[in-house]
Amino acid sequence: MKALDGVDFTLGEGEIHALLGENGAGKSTLIKVVTGVFARDAGTIRLAGREIAPRSAKDAVDAGIATVYQEVNLLPNLSVAQNLYLGRQPTRFGVVREGEMKRRARALLLDYGLDIDVGAPLSSYSVAVQHITAIARAVDLSARVLILDEPTASLDRHEVEILFNVMRKLADRGIGIVFVSHFLDQVYEICDRVTVLRNGRLIGSREIAELPRLDLIRMMLGRELAETTHERAASQPDTAREVCVSFKNYGKQGYIAPFDLELRRGEVVGLAGLLGSGRTETARLVFGAERADSGEATIDGKAIKLSSPRDGASLGFGYCPEERKTEGIVADLTVRENIVLALQARRGLHRPLSRREQDEIAMRYIRMLDIRPPDPERPIGLLSGGNQQKALLARWLATSPKLLVLDEPTRGIDVGAHAEIIRLVRELCEQGLALLVISSELDEIVTYSNRVVVLRDRAHVEELKGEAVEVSSILAAIAADTAPAQEAAS
Amino acid sequence: MTLRIPRRGMAQALALIVILMIDRLVSPQFFNLHLQDGRLFGSVIDVLNRGTPVALLSLGMVLVIATGGIDLSVGAVMAIAGATAASLADTHSLPVVIASALAVGLACGLWNGILVAVLRIQPIVATLILMVAGRGIAQLITEGRIVTFTSPDLVWMGNGAVLGLPTPVVIALGMLLLTAAVVRGTALGLLIEATGGNARASELSGVGTRAMILSVYVWCGLCASLAGVIAAADIMGADANNAGLWLELDAILAVVIGGTSLFGGRFSLVLAVAGALIIQAMNTGILLSGYPPELNLLVKAVVVLAVLLAQSPRLGDLSRFTARWRRTK
Repeated sequence: MKALDGVDFTLGEGEIHALLGENGAGKSTLIKVVTGVFARDAGTIRLAGREIAPRSAKDAVDAGIATVYQEVNLLPNLSVAQNLYLGRQPTRFGVVREGEMKRRARALLLDYGLDIDVGAPLSSYSVAVQHITAIARAVDLSARVLILDEPTASLDRHEVEILFNVMRKLADRGIGIVFVSHFLDQVYEICDRVTVLRNGRLIGSREIAELPRLDLIRMMLGRELAETTHERAASQPDTAREVCVSFKNYGKQGYIAPFDLELRRGEVVGLAGLLGSGRTETARLVFGAERADSGEATIDGKAIKLSSPRDGASLGFGYCPEERKTEGIVADLTVRENIVLALQARRGLHRPLSRREQDEIAMRYIRMLDIRPPDPERPIGLLSGGNQQKALLARWLATSPKLLVLDEPTRGIDVGAHAEIIRLVRELCEQGLALLVISSELDEIVTYSNRVVVLRDRAHVEELKGEAVEVSSILAAIAADTAPAQEAAS
Repeated sequence: MTLRIPRRGMAQALALIVILMIDRLVSPQFFNLHLQDGRLFGSVIDVLNRGTPVALLSLGMVLVIATGGIDLSVGAVMAIAGATAASLADTHSLPVVIASALAVGLACGLWNGILVAVLRIQPIVATLILMVAGRGIAQLITEGRIVTFTSPDLVWMGNGAVLGLPTPVVIALGMLLLTAAVVRGTALGLLIEATGGNARASELSGVGTRAMILSVYVWCGLCASLAGVIAAADIMGADANNAGLWLELDAILAVVIGGTSLFGGRFSLVLAVAGALIIQAMNTGILLSGYPPELNLLVKAVVVLAVLLAQSPRLGDLSRFTARWRRTK
């Protein structure tokens, strides 16, 4: 897998340019290459016609490329003024001139429309002020290019407005700004151009004014739709199918809005939506990885306790998280140990699986899922992403689950394994499992889902069934009334 | 239940043999044994006997470290348990004395475990509390004095013999077998290694990581209290200030020499005990050689450095790199 595959990106002077893409699209990689954090193995970077080759973050700053990350990289316990001039304080005879520094800091921030006490610690101000302080510092270090990575993620509407004013002012001064965000409304409000990446490749670069929202979402999620003809999942949603678990008004404040969801045996429910729309949040509530604070979950009409992964696992639920490395595999342990982990946890301490049973289980799934290399004693961290994903599937299949929740099961794995996992999802479904699957690849979701729940802004907004499960209808549902919302906001 | 000594134990076995050989060089009688009053005597027996407290500590410590934690309080727990045993020794029967000391160790372990597993305090800080406070508690028990006792039963715990072997060695061996039975005979070992390897992933797989972490600290406290009883029995008294002083560091060192990473994950009980014996074989060797015992600390430092270098992933890369370089030449 290439993290970034021959991507072109051009930023004009005084331009605000959105860089969009789902998780793993290559946005962060591109930024890190440009700012010298990662080394690139091909291609060139030119700044105002001159080729540059930053080898470290400092090189990039010296060249005039400044970056402000979502998590502000400043020192919260120092004052605003100290943060602005850290490492380059005005001095006289080696002594820092506090007064002069504060005066300059105040003048600098007034220019950004901030009238605050610069002697107070940075942490006493809102995240927005901290962001603007970080931007002011970055620009003051003679930036010609400013990269803002998800700057608005933790800001409220009013604070976003302040930040946008600052961005417009900087753009007027001729600074090129790269704006990374997954809030499309904001992209349409502030940006001139947009570049979309997917799976490490450049999908396109357009003038935002000439790009309808639906087309933008299609660029982010869909493949070239004309080329793919779908082999559709059994299109009749069979309400006669046995209900596995149902959720009524289930939600958690500040996490995801209450939703109703019924999962049936032998049925795949797909969750579709943009990054941050609440797909993973839904999955975690359904499995019990996160505790709901409203509504109830029932099996056969009886309320169930679902407040920890242990509860979920003992009910016969399984969950393969999106973050395979940090939340899925135990890298140092062998493939065998990783596969038997959930089953052993469910059996409890006192009924250990004998080594022979472990070997049998491991070999059965290694053969069934074609995990390579077929060596149960290899540390799982040494396997490829696709094989790790299969081993994680095996971990849950070994517990003979009733419900499997798969969060982006095909992310970051090669094409062959990709097709196999999709085939597996269908097979498991036919064997009577209930499946809840998240994917950013819409044509993939359409291929295996009997029903698709569409999410937007941390709420379930639409449920598509049967014939309605089409890439175009999913796209329409995602894009639906965000456009009016944008008009209302601006 | 199997006590498998994996291939990775080679380095430790080799180190132990080398150090014993050096001991043999500085003291020609090193391997001599003689039987007296039904008990074996000799330098090798000395190494085993003196190594017992650290070996016991390392049995608990290795589990704690396998979960990615650390327990700095074991030395202090030894002092508390020793003080408890010593003050009860002359008035109560041996089972009562030992049971009380172990109960104290259990309580200490539970305290650490609750701080780490339930309140989620960083292990190094959480156990630092008892490391500091523990000596105070021990002094409260001894009322600031060195409590001595004469109970022959408790003295036997430190100086007696079973089948010719010193009692402490037999107890440590028993604890090793018991711990191995508990850890490898149940699923505990796998679940501890999973928890230490990736706590998030383990929890999402339904492992009760909190119970895992709590239980290893309890076991560590239990092992430490047993070590404390033996240390007190050995000197027929309890010294709240010095019993088990700095032994937590030796125990951590033993675990690290035994190849268990401080980041948690894979662990080996046998190799941790081997680590304790390596340390003791060094100590004894330097004593026998007639060099000033201060040298001990320097030698220990060199050994630690050697072990850590051998485990450094950077060095591994380097050796692979030079191997490739040699191939290409």
